[in-house]
Amino acid sequence: MAAILEARGIIKLFPGVRALDDIRFTLERQQIHALCGENGAGKSTLIKVLCGVYPHTEYEGDLLIDGETVQFKTIADAEKKGIAVIHQELSLFNQLSVTENLFVGHEIQRNGILDKNAMTKETFKWIDWFNLDGVTPSSLVGDLGVGKQQLIEIARAVRQPGVRILILDEPTASLTENETELLLGILQKLRKEGTSIIYVSHKLDEVMRLCDRITVLRDGATVGSVSTNAITQDQLVHMMVGREIEDMYPPKDTAPTAEVLLEIRDYNVFEYVTGKQLVKNAGLAVRRGEIMGMYGLVGAGRTEFISTVYGSDQYKGSGKVLWKGKPLRINTPVEALNAGIAYCTEDRKEAGIIPTMDVGENTTIEFITGFVKGLAIDKNAEVMRASEQVKELSVKTPSLATKIVNLSGGNQQKVLLARNLLGDIELLILDEPTRGIDVGAKQEIYSIMRRLVKKGITILMISSELPEVLGMSDRVCVMHRGQIMGELDNRNAALTQELLMEKAAGIERGGA
Amino acid sequence: MAGKIAKPHTADSAAKPKPDLHRYMMIIALAVIWIVFTALTNGTYFTPRNLTNLFRQAVFTAILATGIISVILLGYIDLSVASTAVLAGGVVGIMTTGGGLPLWLAIICALACGVLVGLWNGFWIAYQNVPAFIATMASMLVVRAMLLGITSGVTISPMPDALKVIGFDFLPAPIGYALAVIAAATALFFQWNDRKKKQALGLPVKPVGQEIARSVITVAIIAAFMAVMAQYRGIPNALIIIIVLSVVFLYIQNSTVFGRRIYAIGGNSKACQLAGINIRRTTLAVYAISGLLAAVAGIFLSARLNSASSTLADGAEMDAIAACVIGGTSMAGGIGTIGGAMIGAVVIQSIQTGMNVLNTPSFWQNIVKGLVLLVAVWFDISRKKK
Repeated sequence: MAAILEARGIIKLFPGVRALDDIRFTLERQQIHALCGENGAGKSTLIKVLCGVYPHTEYEGDLLIDGETVQFKTIADAEKKGIAVIHQELSLFNQLSVTENLFVGHEIQRNGILDKNAMTKETFKWIDWFNLDGVTPSSLVGDLGVGKQQLIEIARAVRQPGVRILILDEPTASLTENETELLLGILQKLRKEGTSIIYVSHKLDEVMRLCDRITVLRDGATVGSVSTNAITQDQLVHMMVGREIEDMYPPKDTAPTAEVLLEIRDYNVFEYVTGKQLVKNAGLAVRRGEIMGMYGLVGAGRTEFISTVYGSDQYKGSGKVLWKGKPLRINTPVEALNAGIAYCTEDRKEAGIIPTMDVGENTTIEFITGFVKGLAIDKNAEVMRASEQVKELSVKTPSLATKIVNLSGGNQQKVLLARNLLGDIELLILDEPTRGIDVGAKQEIYSIMRRLVKKGITILMISSELPEVLGMSDRVCVMHRGQIMGELDNRNAALTQELLMEKAAGIERGGA
Repeated sequence: MAGKIAKPHTADSAAKPKPDLHRYMMIIALAVIWIVFTALTNGTYFTPRNLTNLFRQAVFTAILATGIISVILLGYIDLSVASTAVLAGGVVGIMTTGGGLPLWLAIICALACGVLVGLWNGFWIAYQNVPAFIATMASMLVVRAMLLGITSGVTISPMPDALKVIGFDFLPAPIGYALAVIAAATALFFQWNDRKKKQALGLPVKPVGQEIARSVITVAIIAAFMAVMAQYRGIPNALIIIIVLSVVFLYIQNSTVFGRRIYAIGGNSKACQLAGINIRRTTLAVYAISGLLAAVAGIFLSARLNSASSTLADGAEMDAIAACVIGGTSMAGGIGTIGGAMIGAVVIQSIQTGMNVLNTPSFWQNIVKGLVLLVAVWFDISRKKK
C-alpha cells in the first residue's frame, strides 16, 4: 500500500535563497513522523508546501497522497484531501466561545440557520475527549490558558470531517510540562484511531519519545530519514547541526573587559491589557567589549525583556538599569539612544524596515537629527554618510534610492544594522540578527559583528539558534519562562548545545 | 550545502528607477479633462477668464489638502477640516461684522481656533488612542454645530472690505510679471546651485541635458501660467497664498526632520518608535497644522463668498481627501506629495467648473467626481500589482 503522503524532489525558491532543495519526505499511515532541523532549515516552508499555502505552481517536485499525484492550488484543496495544520501561532478567536472557535468555517447549519444545540453537543464530546477540565462550550477562548487554547486549536483541526493527516508546528513551545504530557497522550490516541501526524519540534526529548520516524532537514535539504529506534539523541543533534561551526564564525580574537557596561536588576515585564507577567525579576550584566549571547526557547521572554528595557512601548516594565555604574532611566528609546544603546529588532518586516522609503532614508531615519543644518536636513551630508555606511556594511543595493523592499532579507538586515550604527553607539542589542536570511548573509553578519566589537562596540545578541549563540558569544545568558537561568562563560569552549538546551528547558542537572 | 545557495540577487527591476508614472498620468488626465470640456463648450472652457476662476475656486480645496495631506501621510484621517474652516470664517465674521473688532485680531483668533481644534483631535488620537476616524468625525459634528449655535443659523454678511484683498483682488500684471521672473530665477538658482554643491562633494548628478530640460520646463510652465493669467486680470491674490503655502509645506515635508518623520511614521510606526521618534508628539503637531490650514482655508472662503455661515463648505473635507488621493497619496500613509495633491485639487475643480459651464444638473458632478476618484485609485493599485 502506498504511503499516505509523499513528497518527491520538492524545490522551492525565494529571491536569493533556495529554501527547499530536492526534499524527499514520506509519511506512512498511523505514523507520527518528526520533522527536525535548525531554525531556517526549511521545516516551515515544507509544511507550507504540504498544506497548500504555496500553490503547486510555485515550487517544483511532486506531492502524492495515497500514491496519487495531487496539485493544491489553495489551502482548501489540501483540506479536502484531509490535511490539517496547526501553526505555531495560535489562530483562535479570543473573543469567541469554545464552540464558536471549534466550528468556525465549518458551522453546523440548516438552511443558513446555525444549529447551536448540535454544535454545543459536539463541543461537549470534544472537551471530554481532550480532558479539558473546567472548560465549558460557552467559555471564552481568551480566558483560557495557552495550553488549553493549544488543545482547542488541535480539536478544531481534528474535528473537521475527513482529517487524516495532522501537521503540528512546534505545538509545545508555550506549554507547561503537564500540558505537554497531555498533548503527547492525545497525539498517541489520535495515532491509534488512524490519524497520521507530522510533528515539528525543537524539543528533541519529546521527539524521541513520541515519534516513530524522524526526518532531518538542514539548509533546505533532506539530511536523512531514520527510525527513532535506530538513533540516539546525540546522533540526531549531529545530523541537525551538521556543518562545521568553525567555518561559519569568525575567531573570537577580541578581548572583553571586566567593566560592566550595562547592568539590569530585578526587572519585571507585564502585558498591558492582561497584566500577565512575562519577565520575573530578571537581571544581567553586559561587560564592555564582549558579545553576550542570550539564549532561550521561543516564548521565554527574551525580546519582551530586552526591548522593554530599551524603551519599546509594547509592554510595561519596571526595574533597575545601571549604565556604566550609574542609574539610567529609560522611558522611551530616545533616552536609550542618547545614552548610546541601540536596538535592532527581531521583527524586520513589522518593526524594522520602513517599506515606503528607500535604502538611504531607512539608513538615516534614526539619527537624522545629526544632519540638520539650520532648519533643514543637509541632504548631501546625509547621502554621503549613508553611502559610506552602506559600503562599510557591504549592503548589496543598486543605489541609495532603491526601495528597501527590493533588497533581500540579508541586505535589509544590514541596512537595519547601518541605521543603528550611524550614531555614537556603545552597546548594540541585536535581536535575532540572522533570522530568515541565508547562510551567506549570516556569515557576513557574523563577521560584521566581530568587526564592530573590535571597534569598541559591545553587543548583546538575542538568538534562538544554538550554534550561533555558541559560535559568536563570549558569554551566554539563558532565559527560561521569564527568568534568567544564569550567565555562562563561553571563552574556553566549555559550553555545549546540550547544556544550553537543558538550561533553556529549565532542567537542572543534579550531580551528573 | 553552501554551494547551492543562490547568489544574492541584485534587485534588477529597481536598478533603473521607473519614471514617476503617476505624476505624468495626473497631468495627462488633467489635459484630457481640459480638452474634453473645451471641445464640449466650443472653447468657452479654455478662456483666460474661466481658467482664472477655476484656479481661484480650487484654492479652498487646495489649502485644505495642504493640511490634510500630512495627516494622511501619517496614516490617519481628518474629517473635521471643513467644519473647522467654517468655524474660522464664522469667528472672523462675528468679531468684525458682528463685534466691530479689528480684522487682524479676528484673523488671529480664527487661526487659533483652527489650531485648537487640531490639538483637540490630536490629543484624542495620539494620547488617548481614539481611532482618528471617530475622533475627527466627532469634531466635524461638534465644531459645525457650535458655529450654528453661536450664529443661530444666521448668515453673517458682508465681510470686512479688507478681506476682499484675498477673496477678489488681483495682482496687477506688472507686479505679476516681476514675481514670475523672480520665481523662475529662484527656482533655477536653487536647481543649479544644488548641482554645483553635489559636484563639489563628488556626489552623482543628473546629466546636463536633463537638468537643462528641467529648467526649460520650469520656465515654460511659469511663463504659460503668467501669459494666461495676464490675458484676464492678472494673478488672483488667492493663488499667491496657495503657492506660498504649498512651497512652504513642500519644504517642510521634503527637507525638515519633522517632514521626514511624518513619512517614516506613515511607512512603519513600530519601526519609528524603536528608532526613537516621538510618534504622539508628531501626530499632535500634524493635527494642529491641519487645523491651522483649515482655518486659513475658511478665512479665504468667507472672503471669497463675502459671508460666513455654518452651512458653507458642506462635505468639503471629502474634496480635500479626494484631491490628495487623486494626487497619488496612499490612504495607508507614507506615500504622497504636496504637488500631487495640488494637481488633484485642480482636477476636481476642473470637473466641477466644466460641468457648471455646461449647465449639467448638479447631481452629475458628484457622480463624475466619485468615479474619477475610484478610477484614480484603481489605476494606482493595479499598476503596483504588476
